[in-house]
Amino acid sequence: MTKAKRKRLIYNLITFALVIGAYFIIQNMIAEKTISRLLKGLLVPICAWIVMAVSLNLVIGFSGELSLGHAGFMCIGAYTGTIVSGWLLAAYDMQDTTLRLVLAIVSGGIVAGVFGALIGIPVLRLRGDYLAIVTLAFGEIIRNLVKWLYVGTKDGELCFSFLNKDMPKGVKMLVDGAQGTKEKIISTFPAGVILVLVTLLIVLNLVNSRAGRAIQATRDNRIAAESMGISVTKYKMMAFVTAAVLAGMAGALFGLNSTTVEPKQFSFNQSINVLVFVVLGGLGNVLGSVISAVFLTVLPEVLREFSDYRMLAYAVVLILVMIFTNNPLIRSFVDRLISPVRALFHRKKDTMPGGDLQ
Amino acid sequence: MSFLELLINGLRLGSIYAIIALGYTMVYGIAKMLNFAHGDIIMVGAYIAFCGIQNWGIPPVPSIMLAMLVCTVLGVAIEGLAYRPLRQATSLAVLITAIGMSYLLQNTALMIWGANTKSFPTTFINNSSISVGELTIPSATLITIAVNIVIMVSLTLFTSKTKTGKAMRCVSEDRGAAELMGINVNRTISLTFAIGSALAAIAGVLMCSTIPSLAPTTGSMPGIKAFTAAVVGGIGSIPGAMLGGILLGVVEIFGNYYISTDLGDAIVFAVLIIVLLVKPAGLLGKPMREKV
Repeated sequence: MTKAKRKRLIYNLITFALVIGAYFIIQNMIAEKTISRLLKGLLVPICAWIVMAVSLNLVIGFSGELSLGHAGFMCIGAYTGTIVSGWLLAAYDMQDTTLRLVLAIVSGGIVAGVFGALIGIPVLRLRGDYLAIVTLAFGEIIRNLVKWLYVGTKDGELCFSFLNKDMPKGVKMLVDGAQGTKEKIISTFPAGVILVLVTLLIVLNLVNSRAGRAIQATRDNRIAAESMGISVTKYKMMAFVTAAVLAGMAGALFGLNSTTVEPKQFSFNQSINVLVFVVLGGLGNVLGSVISAVFLTVLPEVLREFSDYRMLAYAVVLILVMIFTNNPLIRSFVDRLISPVRALFHRKKDTMPGGDLQ
Repeated sequence: MSFLELLINGLRLGSIYAIIALGYTMVYGIAKMLNFAHGDIIMVGAYIAFCGIQNWGIPPVPSIMLAMLVCTVLGVAIEGLAYRPLRQATSLAVLITAIGMSYLLQNTALMIWGANTKSFPTTFINNSSISVGELTIPSATLITIAVNIVIMVSLTLFTSKTKTGKAMRCVSEDRGAAELMGINVNRTISLTFAIGSALAAIAGVLMCSTIPSLAPTTGSMPGIKAFTAAVVGGIGSIPGAMLGGILLGVVEIFGNYYISTDLGDAIVFAVLIIVLLVKPAGLLGKPMREKV
């Protein structure tokens, strides 16, 4: 095993170990009832946001395309999940909530993936900022369209209508236009953690595979990658659609975690929030995305008592972090401050005889 | 409503989008960044004008002047404090900073003026109307369209005839070469932010005299739509911003009327996607060639 491979394996194992370890600690806390009600209510959303952040990192960090419409895929997943779950209950009288949740999540992923492919084919021809604005537009279109979608079940059959609520009598509404979705809560924390693990498995395997290296090559230099025979469109599509599928799954999990989700919950600001998770966690750093998603979901809730100031503080911190990590002058100053500390750890390794030979 | 009336309403909305889009397009052309906080500067401008007219008893025109002044200072300050340290950074870092700035402005406005929607006084601008046949055009519409034309003509003249305007075009074409020719790049970028922010204040007043409700989030959606307009017209191009703004305004009004109210937003964004599929650099944008 080469050194790079071993390093990667350790990194991946740490990522998985952290998620599984956190799961057991929290399960223990739930069993002993030491967990606060606030945190308990946040468990499933945290899982959903982790999946969102990791999948967006695949697009931005690894494929190098700025997508501002990730919440749109989440919205598609949430609505599909709700409809599928309600339909299974009505048509097949499926009482098993676990099976229904799994089917809802899978179908949410598939539908979001189809939309991802439909959007991706035209959109990935564009570059940089143009791609950002088109994905933003797409997210807003989805949100505006589902505002006018009405879906209900009657006698085990689905009825759809668009623009005006045109439903037969005695129908049970699943999606009620601007009021959002109506379903019972069936998402569970273990299901969320399993979805996070599946996401990590998919993303970490993908980025370390031949395809993943191709994806990163198209990010580093499009022209060089193309001249090496890498099909840029194919690999960019691969990253984009995978991310869309995962976001759809996260959406289904998120949507079935509350009795109602409204279209406005998937606005442009939500896409931005996920983007902030990814950027603060580090581009191309999967573990970083996981940690920042957890931290930045819990923090605003904990700071709720300072409600007036928390968004203000969040904004200021965001700007300062960006300036401190990206300004060359400040960076070199910080590097100089911590370099004696760093040297302490590195000296031993560098002087080891034959240490770097492979 | 008749077709002609809708068209005039569309032109009015489009003029507002065009003025906002100018700010986006100039900043993008020169600093190569998406200034997401631009929409919130509109909101600040509208609030200042509102306070001037309603609370401080200043006549409308000086109030608008004051709003322009405050926005200009604000725009230059934002550029100097938040964006200038990131001149060499990746575009994503600048984008996140701009988003942080947008949150900061919205939440500061929330703390100063509260979350309640304020109703903007419109009587000073909308006090008469002109009748042409069966058509009645309110004065606000005429003023909006006239202001838009004046701004457009003077900006075009400014960038093509004056020395500072030429410097701005140079910086947008090649920053490094411009610097070598003795152009002060930082000052040019500050000037661009100043002009864009002053225009945002005017746009804020015109927007709030069309839809007279004012809240801390008022600026964000028109901001995004105006940015869309700038991209449709070809970002970086001043006539493009005009064309894109008018086009989207007209499309939105017609979409709302003929297809469905509230679907206007979706239609506006669909127009963006269609335009970019046919012309990836926007209607009047120049396609960029990559050199190896």
